[in-house]
Amino acid sequence: MDASVSFQARRPLITVTPHGLYCEPGGFHIDPWRPVERALITHAHGDHARTGHQRYLGTRAGEALLRRRVGADSHIDALEYGEPLKLNDVTVSFHPAGHVLGSAQLRIEHRGEVWVISGDYKRAADPTCAPFEVVRCHTFITEATFGLPIFRWDDTREVAEDILRWWDANRAAGRAAVLFCYALGKAQRILAELARLTDRTAFVHGAVQGLVEVYRDAGVKMIPTQLVSEVAKGTSFAGALVLAPPSAGGSTWMRRFGEAETGFASGWMRVRGNRRRRGFDRGFVLSDHADWSELLRTVADTGAERVLTTHGSAEPLARYLREQGVDASPLATQFEGEAED
Amino acid sequence: MRRLADLYERLDQTTSTNAKVEALARYFQEAPPEDAAWALYFLTGQKLKRLLTTKLLVGWTQELTHIPDWLFAEVYASVGDLAEVISLLLDNLERPSAPEELPLSQWLTQRLLPLRELDATAQREQVVSWWRAMPRREVFLLNKMLTGELRVGVSSTLVVRALAKVAGLPAPDVAHRLMGTWTPSKEFFQQLVSPEVSDAEHSRPYPFYLASPLEQPPESLGDLSEWLVEWKWDGIRGQLLHRKGDVYLWSRGEELITDRFPEITEAAKALPEGTVLDGEVLAYEDCKPLPFARLQRRIGRQKLTPRVLAEAPAAFIAYDLLEQDGQDLRALPLRERRERLAALLKHHPTLPLSPAVEASSWEALAHTRSEARERNVEGFMLKRLSSPYLTGRKRGDWWKWKIDPFTVDAVLLYAHPGHGRRSSLYTDYTFAVWNGTDLLPVTKAYSGLTDEEIGRLDRWIRAHTREKFGPVRSVEPEQVFELHFEGIQKSPRHKSGVALRFPRIARWRTDKKPQDADSLDSLKELLHASA
Repeated sequence: MDASVSFQARRPLITVTPHGLYCEPGGFHIDPWRPVERALITHAHGDHARTGHQRYLGTRAGEALLRRRVGADSHIDALEYGEPLKLNDVTVSFHPAGHVLGSAQLRIEHRGEVWVISGDYKRAADPTCAPFEVVRCHTFITEATFGLPIFRWDDTREVAEDILRWWDANRAAGRAAVLFCYALGKAQRILAELARLTDRTAFVHGAVQGLVEVYRDAGVKMIPTQLVSEVAKGTSFAGALVLAPPSAGGSTWMRRFGEAETGFASGWMRVRGNRRRRGFDRGFVLSDHADWSELLRTVADTGAERVLTTHGSAEPLARYLREQGVDASPLATQFEGEAED
Repeated sequence: MRRLADLYERLDQTTSTNAKVEALARYFQEAPPEDAAWALYFLTGQKLKRLLTTKLLVGWTQELTHIPDWLFAEVYASVGDLAEVISLLLDNLERPSAPEELPLSQWLTQRLLPLRELDATAQREQVVSWWRAMPRREVFLLNKMLTGELRVGVSSTLVVRALAKVAGLPAPDVAHRLMGTWTPSKEFFQQLVSPEVSDAEHSRPYPFYLASPLEQPPESLGDLSEWLVEWKWDGIRGQLLHRKGDVYLWSRGEELITDRFPEITEAAKALPEGTVLDGEVLAYEDCKPLPFARLQRRIGRQKLTPRVLAEAPAAFIAYDLLEQDGQDLRALPLRERRERLAALLKHHPTLPLSPAVEASSWEALAHTRSEARERNVEGFMLKRLSSPYLTGRKRGDWWKWKIDPFTVDAVLLYAHPGHGRRSSLYTDYTFAVWNGTDLLPVTKAYSGLTDEEIGRLDRWIRAHTREKFGPVRSVEPEQVFELHFEGIQKSPRHKSGVALRFPRIARWRTDKKPQDADSLDSLKELLHASA
């Protein structure tokens, strides 16, 4: 499917170039994947915030995470949510996306035409970040990581209760419970959700702890955490909850936990085969992306005349929208959404 | 149903064998026997005779969720399990907060089994009303029962261990009671875990003892005189029972095949009552086995006309005597069972004894093994003369020493995703050989690669896809694989004109180029060797 088919005769405000999404009248790229002069960044995940750009513009709330990601010496400017900025004859502003701390959608207005780039987003409440804000627009570029009708998220509180029950069951059995999750966003969301239910300390991998500190500095309330590596050698982890990035699974780092059950918190855990193939004992369906119904609802809420879908199930989502009478087509980008590992 | 859903969840949520046995044992202990019987029925891999078509289930799901055909196909390809796809899609419907609960046995007897008597409209009404009233995990189980097998990742060995624990019986006894056909009922389950022996057991075969492939040099087995060497016949392993006036012929797959082989049944009637033989069903003529293909032709026939019987006469070649005069002989050493067997069969010429292969040394035996293909056998069986008849595949006493398989180098042409646990990986492959300047598909193969290789090949397939046809991808013809197979037959149903038996992947030949792959002509030459 050629993305250009659904564009109208006039030149689109945003195009896909080898460097990434590009706004020509504004003279900037959005979440570019190759080094550029001016990069507007929706959030600090690796597939959106890459290193090597000359100047970055992001949200105030996400600035500390972005700096951690792209290097302390990088030139970073920040805007408050909703604060407009003129770049040439284009006006840009960031609006909460509800994905992770400081994540944003980017609104771009040029001569009365409004485009919104969603970045990654979800509609469910999340104690670690500002809730998604609906922004009306003419063209909406939406992520489609979970753009299939089999993806539907349960209430986050129920998932948190499930995680706590799993932790308790392992505690009772004298085992460690090692929960794999993204180090940025998912880990902090779990720690914050658990804070509503318990005040026990969780152990965390080094990749998680630094980011937890950024969240604590931003005033996010989470259960206490302790670095796994700071525990004296030979200490038993029986009964402990450990949060670690998926890459730590199967590594020698895991050996110290002795008898342990493993879990993975991800939207992909909705499908049984994904969990079984990876050999996790438990899968917790918890995602920072919109599920199928949220994607459809958001497309409708924006009032957009045209919808462009990126990453994940971009093609099926676009096709489904077209059949519902929406002018929609997939847009080829290099964003990954929630990787399966 | 809720109790079964809890059990399923517990089994599904652990990779520990002990935890699985514990969960099963707790279920069997707590569940009412009539429910436990049905759970056992599904856990041992049995399925209901088809109640309705999966096409109907898919159609109803689409109507309820407004999912077009192409989108259903898309999600099915990404999940790989129909029952799961339906339960996930139906999760978008409103559900009551307090779902009703009905015990498993009532689900089966009052709801599922009567479905067969209804027309499609009434079936739809029933199934849809259940879907709307059940939580997702129970919808999943219901769909599994409706569509066939309920696989939960527990082997029957684990189920037997759990039952043995609950009943306080030795596991082989429980395994024996589970053999053959049984009806899931309260009475059956109570008898299964009861210390008493019942009459109903007389149709039941013993659990088969299976040989392990010999991977070490045969010399490591010690003195040849300690071993019984037999040909490894290429037929259907079976048990022939004559008890209380009835004859039963069971296949290793625990299928009752008595009616398929009237000449064997007839021969068995002459045996004394209380006799159980272990052996092989073969197409057999003039005291010689015929190729497996002949037997296969007969298995495929609906009606056993005199012509079919004449074309592929069958015989039961006896290996072992498991029961004599109603006495279980399995604990006796093979030497003694074999002596009794030979003495018994002396009076029954229609039931041949599998002959012992005599050789002076392992080396001489290896030489004889090279004649195996001409004799239509697969190699040797090596059985320790002092061994009892054990249950299942226990290494040490029984070995199969097979002849080397045929090999062919073929090019990967198509890939298809696996199912269940492997639904997000391309694990099923179609291979081709050269026919002139074209690559012609000759076989599919699924197994043989390591998980690491499957992952690597999966990435390669995704990056080198030429075309997608639904879930199938055609790929660049670049990767060569060495395939092993046990036989080759003419087949008018295949475009290549040949069909391979037991094809599997032996090696990924990254050292070979597609032009190094074999040709159809070289495969066809093997036809002669194999016939």
